[in-house]
Amino acid sequence: MNHIISVLVENKAGVLAKISGLFSRRGFNIESLAVGPTDDEKISRITLAVNAEEHSIEQIIKQLYKLINVIKIQELDPSNIVERELVLIKVGADSKTRPEILEIVSVFRANIVDVAKKTIMIEITGNSSKVKALEDLLRPFGILELVRTGKIACSRGSKS
Amino acid sequence: MGKITGAQMIIKCLKEEGVEVIFGYPGGKVIPLYDALFDSDIRHILVRHEQGAAHAADGYARVTGKTGVCIATSGPGATNLVTGIANAHMDSIPMVAITGQVGTAQIGTDAFQEADITGIAAPITKHNYLIKDVKDLPRVIKEAFIIASTGRPGPVLIDIPVDITTDLIDENFKADISLPGYKPTIKGNLKQVKQAAKKIAESKKPVIFAGGGVISSGASDILRKFVKVAKIPVITSLLGMGSYPENNELSLSMAGMHGTKYANLAFTEADLIIAVGVRFDDRVTGKLSEFAPGADVIHIDIDPAEIGKNVKVLIPVVGDAKIVLTDLKSEYEKYIEKKGKPNWEQWLSRIKKLKEDYPLKYDRNSNKVKPAYVVEKIYELTKGDAIICTEVGQNQMWAAQYYKFTKPRTLVSSGGLGTMGFGLPAAIGAKIGRPDKTVIDIAGDGSIQMVSQELSTAVTNKINIKIMLLNNGYLGMVRQWQQIFFKGRYSHTCIYNCVDFVKLVEAYGGVGLRVKKKEEVENAIKKALEIDNLVLVDFWIDREENVYPMVAPGSPISEMLESEMLEGV
Repeated sequence: MNHIISVLVENKAGVLAKISGLFSRRGFNIESLAVGPTDDEKISRITLAVNAEEHSIEQIIKQLYKLINVIKIQELDPSNIVERELVLIKVGADSKTRPEILEIVSVFRANIVDVAKKTIMIEITGNSSKVKALEDLLRPFGILELVRTGKIACSRGSKS
Repeated sequence: MGKITGAQMIIKCLKEEGVEVIFGYPGGKVIPLYDALFDSDIRHILVRHEQGAAHAADGYARVTGKTGVCIATSGPGATNLVTGIANAHMDSIPMVAITGQVGTAQIGTDAFQEADITGIAAPITKHNYLIKDVKDLPRVIKEAFIIASTGRPGPVLIDIPVDITTDLIDENFKADISLPGYKPTIKGNLKQVKQAAKKIAESKKPVIFAGGGVISSGASDILRKFVKVAKIPVITSLLGMGSYPENNELSLSMAGMHGTKYANLAFTEADLIIAVGVRFDDRVTGKLSEFAPGADVIHIDIDPAEIGKNVKVLIPVVGDAKIVLTDLKSEYEKYIEKKGKPNWEQWLSRIKKLKEDYPLKYDRNSNKVKPAYVVEKIYELTKGDAIICTEVGQNQMWAAQYYKFTKPRTLVSSGGLGTMGFGLPAAIGAKIGRPDKTVIDIAGDGSIQMVSQELSTAVTNKINIKIMLLNNGYLGMVRQWQQIFFKGRYSHTCIYNCVDFVKLVEAYGGVGLRVKKKEEVENAIKKALEIDNLVLVDFWIDREENVYPMVAPGSPISEMLESEMLEGV
């Protein structure tokens, strides 16, 4: 089961290491991780995507709460969130394939952020399935590099 | 306003926290701190190895309930503390460890005696700090003591670069603590407590399972009162020993791998376990899927992460054991007042029968010096009123089985980590915390050799502990496993006749006695208790005596090996 956990932490040195260390020593895997300050500069938000059983996820959250620098943890309900990831994809492109790639990019409402003689760099923002679909379509052209931010997510409506 | 150094500020803050004693060892990066300590009235015990400092602080904390403090220098000093910190972490002991660090400008350069101790200690501390500004000292030290001693207690490490200790700071500088993420739940949810009371009253075969949390929260008293009202049999974990008096008919002593057979069978037959301040360690549960098959579990613990970690819990109550048990007692009384007392006569007579049928046993008629006999005599001659520290291995289990613990904070033993070499330095800390008590280290010849240099610490500081050495010339617990599970192939477990312990203790200025015969046991213990010095009694015990009963690893706790079954193995 995929879970997205949003963790508010004190913005202090070493906090990320404490969190990632906890995952590895308790035997949990992190699928993706994104960190950044919130509107309060003393507080950062870490968004973790984790693949684990229900029982494990409960234990992960409890163990996270034991870290002194962790302020709040929220497990987001996947049916009621906006989930995004930004991905940069560099694909091989020549004059022959370029139009086809541009067409795919425009269908996905992705952006071209760099064009060189033999490559194109595409920026796409979206949820995992959208990103995955684009990735699959671009693969035949030769993906040279793929860089992703990790998932971030926010629950819908007034719930915070 | 006058200025003081960071080092002086550290001492000032420690005094404000009520610190009376520090266990430590100086080194290059803590010279300024030791210079400030020189002018202070805080007592400092110079150990002979930093591991001893951490264990002594741990022992001090276990018997007093106060936070133990230890100091070591950077690099090897800090890494030598690691075992002691890990030990305190596993057993939830409040401790503040202060380590020196290379100067802030040198951090990360692999400087002389540099070690990333906050990184190393992260998994074995409740929290840790690397100080980067002298102005953070007052806040961090205050926070460290709060974190170490509240909620589920544990060790906190403060790593202090040497330049911070020489930087100047206004002597009255104060800063507010800031712990936005730290709010341990103390008061248990009353709805859950009411449900628990009802469930208890409706059960047929309840047992209480009391652990170290009962002792650390000071809940032994209310536990006794509750049991007096409810008449529920009490099983303890190793760390829970003393939370309920073992000489009471409702006590089933310790359960688990080397627990009493009647405790293990009571778990197996029970329909309800009221677990308080325990974490269902594998040494207690044995094969988890067959542990207490018929029992629902009410789990009271201050750490929500312990609830449901190993066993399925029907009614969880997160909170401080003392407060939750107080509420539980009053809710239970209300409930039975309305609905009447449950009738547990059948269950209680079954418990009585189990105790009669399966007592702890050893060959009392043997002429050899049996370790169980030695421990029984220690119990008798101290009238059960001593503080008993143990090493780890067979000595620890014999101490747990044959000394009858009746008061909290009287057993000092390394439970979770199982640290050989814990007992001697822990006894030093315990004696400093409770100078009014007889403090005994029930030791093994393997364990004590890991820390025997601390004999010097004890003698030099006139810390008159009594060491009862159960000497079998083996790393006995491993030898026992080799005998039973590895066809008697004693691979590297024989340490027979490798040191003369009497001469060893005499070399340090203590007194050594040797006992080779059963009839000498009693007098030697009496003498050891009378002599006003550190005394080590070297008991030459029956070399291949095993600890029974025993649950084989991976077996359910209802299946216990006993001595007769293995005769002739």
